[in-house]
Amino acid sequence: MTADLIAVVLLLAVTAYACAGGTDYGAGFWDLTAGGTERGRRPRWLIDHAMAPVWEVNNVWLIFVLVIMWTGFPVLFQTVFSAMWLPLALAAVGMVLRGAGFALRKPAQRLAGRRLYGAVFACASLVTPFFLGAAVGGAASERVAPGTEASADVWTSPTSIVFGLVAIATTAFLGAVFLTGDARRFDAPDLVGYFRRRALGSLAVLTVLAVVTGFVTHEDSPYVWHGLTHGLGLLFVIVAGAAALATVWLLLRTPGTWVRVTAVGVVASAVIAWGMAQRPYLLPTSLTVADAAGAPSTLTWLAIVTLVALVVVMPAVVLLYWLDTHGELGELTDSELSGGSGNPGDGAVRDS
Amino acid sequence: MPTSLHLLADAPAQLLPARELMAFTLASHIILVPLGVAFPLITLVMHYRGLRRKDATALLLARRWSAVMAVQFALGIVTGTVLSFEFGLLWPGMMGRWGDVFGVGFGVEAWAFFLEAVLIAIYLYGWRRLKPRTHFLLGLPLPFAALLGAFGILAANSWMNTPQGFSLDSGGNPVDVNVWKAIFTPMFGPQYWHFVVGMILTAGFVVAGVYATGWLRGRRDRYHRLGFAVPFTIAAVAAPVQFVLGDSIARSVFHKQPVKFAALEIVWKTDTRVPEYLFGRLQEDGTVKGGIKIPLLDSFLAGFSPNTEVVGLTSVPADQRPTATQATIAHWAFDIMVLIGSVLVLLALWYGLVWLRHRRLPASKWFYGSAACAGVGSVVAVECGWIATEVGRQPWIVYENMRVADAVTSTRSTSLWIMFGVVAAVYVFLFGSFLVVLLKMRTRWRLADEQQATAAGTHTPEADIPYGPRASVPAGDVPAADPGAGRSGGEGP
Repeated sequence: MTADLIAVVLLLAVTAYACAGGTDYGAGFWDLTAGGTERGRRPRWLIDHAMAPVWEVNNVWLIFVLVIMWTGFPVLFQTVFSAMWLPLALAAVGMVLRGAGFALRKPAQRLAGRRLYGAVFACASLVTPFFLGAAVGGAASERVAPGTEASADVWTSPTSIVFGLVAIATTAFLGAVFLTGDARRFDAPDLVGYFRRRALGSLAVLTVLAVVTGFVTHEDSPYVWHGLTHGLGLLFVIVAGAAALATVWLLLRTPGTWVRVTAVGVVASAVIAWGMAQRPYLLPTSLTVADAAGAPSTLTWLAIVTLVALVVVMPAVVLLYWLDTHGELGELTDSELSGGSGNPGDGAVRDS
Repeated sequence: MPTSLHLLADAPAQLLPARELMAFTLASHIILVPLGVAFPLITLVMHYRGLRRKDATALLLARRWSAVMAVQFALGIVTGTVLSFEFGLLWPGMMGRWGDVFGVGFGVEAWAFFLEAVLIAIYLYGWRRLKPRTHFLLGLPLPFAALLGAFGILAANSWMNTPQGFSLDSGGNPVDVNVWKAIFTPMFGPQYWHFVVGMILTAGFVVAGVYATGWLRGRRDRYHRLGFAVPFTIAAVAAPVQFVLGDSIARSVFHKQPVKFAALEIVWKTDTRVPEYLFGRLQEDGTVKGGIKIPLLDSFLAGFSPNTEVVGLTSVPADQRPTATQATIAHWAFDIMVLIGSVLVLLALWYGLVWLRHRRLPASKWFYGSAACAGVGSVVAVECGWIATEVGRQPWIVYENMRVADAVTSTRSTSLWIMFGVVAAVYVFLFGSFLVVLLKMRTRWRLADEQQATAAGTHTPEADIPYGPRASVPAGDVPAADPGAGRSGGEGP
């Protein structure tokens, strides 16, 4: 069935956004908690440099999620955006502030300017994933059905609150793990330990929240709870748990590239487990994949477009991440922009 | 007046704020679009020149333009994300019913945009370490990704203007979707090319306008001449092309959306030998106040003969056409766009003639004054073109198939007004900051250039190796133990 295929594509796109976007939001989280100007200087410096080349790409996944939703499952899109009006509106505002804060922080030279933009960026990084998580929680807890009017009950249920907190913890965890690697890449040994401790800490928080989520969904979202404790859903929960253990082990040793893989594994498996638990519903117990599916020919074309795009875009994305992790990407510096004399030695890059 | 009041009374209360919010966010986003679509192209042309002729000034310009692009592209992404949220937050009715009919274009756009984001990241951050040739080649697909992205968006918008590729069942829901027909709708071709050339033209004039201002203020070195000539040449080539394309799209609207054409030209009754009004205001009773009336011209422009019959607004019931006020707005936007377009063609001709006769840039102060205004003018023209398209389509969101009022969210109008206020405040802050940042960059670069000029003598920029100095930066900008060590960290107390 094409509709099922597109549903899988949608789930994978959500997963990709959770991982890529999550890492990005996480960097903002650690920016927020880095302390005062003096104390937080070095972590913030690392966050700036590590995020800059990839943050846009990380966030573009969301656009893709939205497009698949409205093209493949128009009713789902209509329902979710009608019922979850406020959290999604706030998330949208959060995204603007975050992106703008980050983009403007670098060129803003005066300290006060940087502080303002930095604060905007960091706070929005915290708020946005919470609202997105709360919206997902509302859907998972069977509170949204086609025709549901927007109201606070829909997205302030216990499931929503826990999902929102889980979303924040997840971003913090991913952000810390990735920044640990970036700290090594940028030759900042002190920051390796700094972010490794934070990675372990946030994983601990995430674990506690996972247990809480278990209890809450048991009471509040029976359908998803059942899915998570049976069949494929359970399998992916176990995979997520195993990946979490592997991450802890790798973090305690000298963290290398593999810890990123296992960390992404934790988040990806958890998201996929949620998707599997909802089967065959897009909105548990009210809207199935088949009911929500758009016109068959559209779905076929959407699948073709996705396939072509995979062939064209994926190599580019891989190239970007490869270039980034191999230190091939760097910001233009003031001296390069001043058309300057300076040191005319070509290619003699000291830190590579 | 009574008609429009009557129509307004029927409309749900949330229609007005939803519309205002959408219009405001789109109008803001559109300012960034020409640069998003065509700035990479212009930068690559400059970049190519720099590499080819080992021209350090050209490379410096290309590098600085990338630094501007970095900020502008980021703002484009966030304001664009807001728009895709608004489809759901404001117009769930449209997306719920029609999403699967016209959404595939967006699918193409999403991936194209993805590709663009990847490539632009590589391009912007590849200056320092990639080999010059590799770096340039990796940037080369950027304009094509931009064209593909525009394809998706314009497919969706032209579908809203001339929807097809589906049939309606008894409940009024679309069935038998034919994706191919839904993408290549009658208005798609005209809209697409008009848009693409318009974006190139606008980006060219905007960038050239910056250096024209510099010329007026007495900065006439090679850096400013080059920064002016490359984008202005691109725009000057595009301007006459756009004139022809604009004429052709107007005729397409005349054939495919006659009522919209009637609004653009404020034609009240279907008739032959219709006069053309330059500006003027359409009244509720069908008369036109003010404006300049040119007999027969409208019929002549539409069908090359004064006997061409032009469909009037009254050919359809009042609830299926723009109100007199809306028609006047669309008409003014249309006229302003055409006026600016014509002036820009004249400016391009001036530039071309001077070049043909003297093989140099024009020297007249008046020319640079006009060129400086051309940047702002072309942005105004883009906004007007968009207003003409969207207001002329009223009251339909999907032309002749769904009214804007039927697509709007059921969220309370108070929430929408609050959201509007928040978004407006955020955008003012955002665009204001963008402007301040651009001005600061400019000042910083100018100071750097001036310092360089005084310290020159031994070392001219032209003598530099193509990719400029590279070793002065790395590791140095880590604010390590010594807070003063940061060169570009910029956070030193």
